[in-house]
Amino acid sequence: MRNSTPKDIGSINFGLMEPEEYREMSATKIITADTYDDDGFPIDMGLMDPRLGVIDPGLECKTCGKHSGSCNGHFGHIELAAPVIHVGFTKLIRRLLRGTCRECSRLLLTEDERGEFRDQIDESRKLGRDLNDVTKAAIRQARKKDRCPFCGEIQYDIDHEKPTTYYEVQQVLTSEYSQRIAGAMQGDEEEGIERTSPDELAEETDIELSRINEILSGSFRPRENQRKAIEKALDIDLTEEDTNKLMPSDIRDWFEAIPDEDIEVLGIDAERSRPEWMILTVLPVPPVTARPSITLDNGQRSEDDLTHKLVDIIRINQRFMENREAGAPQLIIEDLWELLQYHVTTFMDNEISGTPPARHRSGRPLKTLSQRLKGKEGRFRGSLSGKRVNFSARTVISPDPTLSLNEVGVPDRVAKEMTQTMNVTERNLEEARRYVSNGPEAHPGANYVRRPDGRRLKVTEKNCEQLAEKVQAGWEVNRHMVDGDIVIFNRQPSLHRMSIMAHEVVVMPYKTFRLNTVVCPPYNADFDGDEMNMHALQNEEARAEARVLMRVQEQILSPRFGENIIGAIQDHISGMYLLTHDNPRFNETQALDLLRATRIDELPEPSGIDDAGEPFWTGYDVFSELLPDDLNLEFTGTVGDEVVIEEGQLIEGTIAEDEVGEFGGEIVDTITKVYGNTRSRIFINEVSTLAMRAIMHFGFSIGIDDETIPEAAQERIDETIEDANDRVEELIEAYERGELESLPGRTLDETLEMKIMQTLSRARDNAGNIADEHFSDENPAVVMANSGARGSMLNLTQMAGAVGQQAVRGERINRGYEDRTLSHYQPNDLSAEAHGFVENSYTSGLTPREFFFHAMGGREGLVDTAVRTSKSGYLQRRLINALSELEAQYDGTVRDTSDTIVQFEFGEDGTSPVKVSSDDDNDIEVAQIADRVLDSEFASEAEKEEFLGMTRQPTNLSEHADTRFAEETEVPSDD
Amino acid sequence: MTEVDYAVDDDTIAIVEDTTLPRRLKDEVYATLEDRGDATVEDADELAKAVEARYIDTRVEPLEPVGTVSAQSIGEPGTQLTMNTFHYAGVAEIDVTQGLPRLIELVDARKTPDTPMMTVYLENEYATEREKAHEVVWNIEATKILALGDVSTNVADMRVQISLNEETLEERLITPDEVAEIIEDNLGVKAIQNGTEIEFGPEEPSYRDLLQLVEELRDITFKGIEEVSRVVIRREELDDGGEQFVLYTEGSAFGDVLEIDGVDASRTTCNNIHEIHRNLGIEAAREAIIEETNNTLAEQGLDDVNVRHLMLVADIMTNRGEIESIGRHGISGSKDSVLARAAFEVTVNHLLNAAIHGEIDELDGVAENVIVGKPIKLGTGDVDLRMGSINPGTGGQAD
Repeated sequence: MRNSTPKDIGSINFGLMEPEEYREMSATKIITADTYDDDGFPIDMGLMDPRLGVIDPGLECKTCGKHSGSCNGHFGHIELAAPVIHVGFTKLIRRLLRGTCRECSRLLLTEDERGEFRDQIDESRKLGRDLNDVTKAAIRQARKKDRCPFCGEIQYDIDHEKPTTYYEVQQVLTSEYSQRIAGAMQGDEEEGIERTSPDELAEETDIELSRINEILSGSFRPRENQRKAIEKALDIDLTEEDTNKLMPSDIRDWFEAIPDEDIEVLGIDAERSRPEWMILTVLPVPPVTARPSITLDNGQRSEDDLTHKLVDIIRINQRFMENREAGAPQLIIEDLWELLQYHVTTFMDNEISGTPPARHRSGRPLKTLSQRLKGKEGRFRGSLSGKRVNFSARTVISPDPTLSLNEVGVPDRVAKEMTQTMNVTERNLEEARRYVSNGPEAHPGANYVRRPDGRRLKVTEKNCEQLAEKVQAGWEVNRHMVDGDIVIFNRQPSLHRMSIMAHEVVVMPYKTFRLNTVVCPPYNADFDGDEMNMHALQNEEARAEARVLMRVQEQILSPRFGENIIGAIQDHISGMYLLTHDNPRFNETQALDLLRATRIDELPEPSGIDDAGEPFWTGYDVFSELLPDDLNLEFTGTVGDEVVIEEGQLIEGTIAEDEVGEFGGEIVDTITKVYGNTRSRIFINEVSTLAMRAIMHFGFSIGIDDETIPEAAQERIDETIEDANDRVEELIEAYERGELESLPGRTLDETLEMKIMQTLSRARDNAGNIADEHFSDENPAVVMANSGARGSMLNLTQMAGAVGQQAVRGERINRGYEDRTLSHYQPNDLSAEAHGFVENSYTSGLTPREFFFHAMGGREGLVDTAVRTSKSGYLQRRLINALSELEAQYDGTVRDTSDTIVQFEFGEDGTSPVKVSSDDDNDIEVAQIADRVLDSEFASEAEKEEFLGMTRQPTNLSEHADTRFAEETEVPSDD
Repeated sequence: MTEVDYAVDDDTIAIVEDTTLPRRLKDEVYATLEDRGDATVEDADELAKAVEARYIDTRVEPLEPVGTVSAQSIGEPGTQLTMNTFHYAGVAEIDVTQGLPRLIELVDARKTPDTPMMTVYLENEYATEREKAHEVVWNIEATKILALGDVSTNVADMRVQISLNEETLEERLITPDEVAEIIEDNLGVKAIQNGTEIEFGPEEPSYRDLLQLVEELRDITFKGIEEVSRVVIRREELDDGGEQFVLYTEGSAFGDVLEIDGVDASRTTCNNIHEIHRNLGIEAAREAIIEETNNTLAEQGLDDVNVRHLMLVADIMTNRGEIESIGRHGISGSKDSVLARAAFEVTVNHLLNAAIHGEIDELDGVAENVIVGKPIKLGTGDVDLRMGSINPGTGGQAD
């Protein structure tokens, strides 16, 4: 088994199966509806016949001899007492009945028409269009024929009563023909129709008078031509509809006679799918492995839904046969036939409209074949496209700023469970033995070993020492995960590729996964109870791909907007802001403390000597230590000032969100694009640790007092709001007097609403501005808003000034009671207060009514999010499904997997969205490169070669190779 | 060899032409070399190499699954879009569907958008003179009877009486005669016109017929385009500091508008991609899809989504020469593979149809291979490594 070559599926053919084929592949015929006998053994030729496969461990399959787990199971079959229709094909059956001759079964199309449809079918096949459209058109054409073009037989209409009954509708002579004729012969004086005498009728219709009399007396039924003549003469209709039920056996006979070439015109593959096979005479019985029974705690067996359904089918089948043999009346036979049809129908699909679903004893509808395939949890989406896997773990995440962004902290109990396979060789023999001798309980231990003969041995506390001795080259050891192993880490919803990244393991105590906070943005994770999944990789190819392509540092740039998605967040930003905003000074101890978690172990030259004669280092100089030595940058920063970096030294500007933040921090972005992912990873790690040190140095906290404003300011805010209320009052009065002028394209009411909204939002802003005046730049909330770490001035306005207008559906709150929002207000009160304007700030507290309006606005937000997630999830699924096959080729084109060209050059210029952000063009500055190359400013030949792109960057596949890499790329500090 | 208009020697041309650089960059290299004048062939070689290295570095990597990346890049910001259907578009007082509903509408390729609209640019004097611009407005905006005058019903005589407003008639360039004629044509009644007064009534006195006539009268479009219910005129600044009038319409009839005098057909657009497809062809429709999706995202502050992703979506939607929607009725429903279709939506029907038509699944795509458990043919799954193709003894290295 172990070394057998895996088989590879080449292609899959779809088709119908012939009854004979069902019998051939069947392991046994099933005749009894019972499953187990009194002793609990499966009954022979019953639904649980051991030839259908085994599910109980220890038993042997009577067909293939394998045990449960390795035996896939075998089909059985039921011989149906009478043919029944397959529900899935009812529409096609109807079409075929309507489109073929009732006598000779040929398709009712002339040779020319056939040719035309044959061409259309070929074309549709080629273009991948829906063949059913052509079939439908062909049938529509065929239905127009009254008579068969081949045998001349008159065609009748076919009625289909859903789901599985077909009638032939014929026009036959009504039973009251004599009365009708007599009635018509009476004539109608009012309408001016003359009486017709039998003589006249006989003359007109060319029928003998005696015949006419016989007809009139009802003793002779007129023949068809006679009927038509009479109808014509008297201008009456003598027919009535007669429906003749087509039994499945009739339909089967009808279909059997359809010639192969006729159905091919309809796009049906005659070779693989003869139409008569849509009427079942044999029913395949799925193997027991597909419908396992479960033993309940009390020893009772509970059967699968499919088994229940099969029991029903066999019972009715049996009864049908007995009744037929006993010569039961046709009525009973037909009833049983219908019942059999119902059970076979619901066996295949239990959600047919118009048929009551078959139910379990408890009233729950049974889950039959089609229900097993359908939908999200169905076979296709639930078990084939996505599967449950081994070697996976899930737990709560928590932050750990001491980890590198490439790493993940894995709880030791997870590391001990999720093993990695070690192929023992001469070189790692010692190591392998050490793992095994540690046993399964101690940390870097092993759980299993596999001998070269394929036997798998469990390592236990007892046998670990002896087993370790035995381990030889050629064995396999399933060792525990250790630091440096690569794993895949994921947080749902996996909306983009950065939701699944590879991390290096750091084994840690306790029970949570630990991440560096800078990887929160790509995962969209926070630590309020989020859980994440981890997958341990099981072969070398997967591990290599994960390291090279999926590691966090390889995903720093987002393909969505071509800038970094990983960068400093929240407190890191506040920290950097504090460190660089006023360029504070630090003494030696402080400077060393700031840099102690970075690679920098020696301080640069002091920035200056202070008045006390002590050397000091500025925030700029401390930060500059982290930058690559030859970095030059100039741009407008977060705070609005210029940020200037020359030769790796920050000269001017504040470092905050737009500089080092997530989603396009300029410095991080440049370092990633120019110096590579590894350098960028080092930079992000160091910026975050430096920022943490800085924020701890300065101290940073926020409390309610930080949002409280002086009495005087509060009074001014109240005044502003009062003013706004007055102005709203004026507007309303103007409106009521009819003096308000409407804006172009708006009604008067809309105009009023818009003006009120404008006034109130201005009032809120003014209140905010007044509050702002009283906040110093050192106020932590202001620092956070200015640096872009968290929150905005609007949040501050709402906390200190006024919360402002609450809105539902983009309008002031208008719902509630008739003509008013709450019973606290007069009807038709248009004032600000009555429609959800919140005058208070969050610090001063909301009144009950304000609170209620605020909750209304808040509720809308929640509903919106809930609706949005489902809608956008479906949008995403459709987009992925439509685009998943597209791939860039070596020739630069974008093609799908059947090699259809979709784009000749990706994005019209072949540029990667990862490398170039959407707002710049792909500008390669030839002149700049020329300056560099031609004026040869290179220190060494190697540097030049590197610039020319002739040397490959060293592949740095593990965090542990860091030190070597860092030494190669740059001198650690400026000294 | 291609013609080179720069003063550089043939060796340099040979070297530069040998690179994989696109025309634009090659020309830039020549220009730089020409500027310097003193560059040797070695210099040229080094420069070309350096530029090429940078160029190749920014290209998409072969075998990259660009489709999935693009789909994710559009789908992921979808979670950040608003659900609020109506939002005031920055321009004019016209309500336009925005955010996620609009994005879904575009990707679905709906036959008519929820809120159809057009942006009509004018040419020559129509763009600069307000009167002229208004002329165009009246030719576009559907004029109904209530805009032209008052309608009253005289129940005693069973007559409908219209008294037209002379000023509006003049403004909208329509005469009472024309109004009467249109009424006669549309309602099939005899209208008596007397100056600005028009009177008509049902043939036989019937109260119901009278009301019926009034109802029908209200629906008649006297001037302009039926579908366009409102036109807003706005003065906008041009890049060169000048001003022009631009019309924004509620409702769209793209083909009709392009025919109207004074309309600049080269700039006028509409938000219905199917109308653009009908009138301007598939390439214009592709451009419209890119433009509309980009605007929808930009409106919500997500303008940083790379256009290349939107292009790919637009390209696959228009790949067959007609607009196909993304989803079960479009691209996903017309895939070759049965398994891929079954795994997407309406599973059972696809399987049954496949059986009838005797379809064969060749297992080329992504979804099918996931289902049967084979590696997919994208990215690292699309290459095979052959071992031992280089003799280790010679020390040759594969590059």
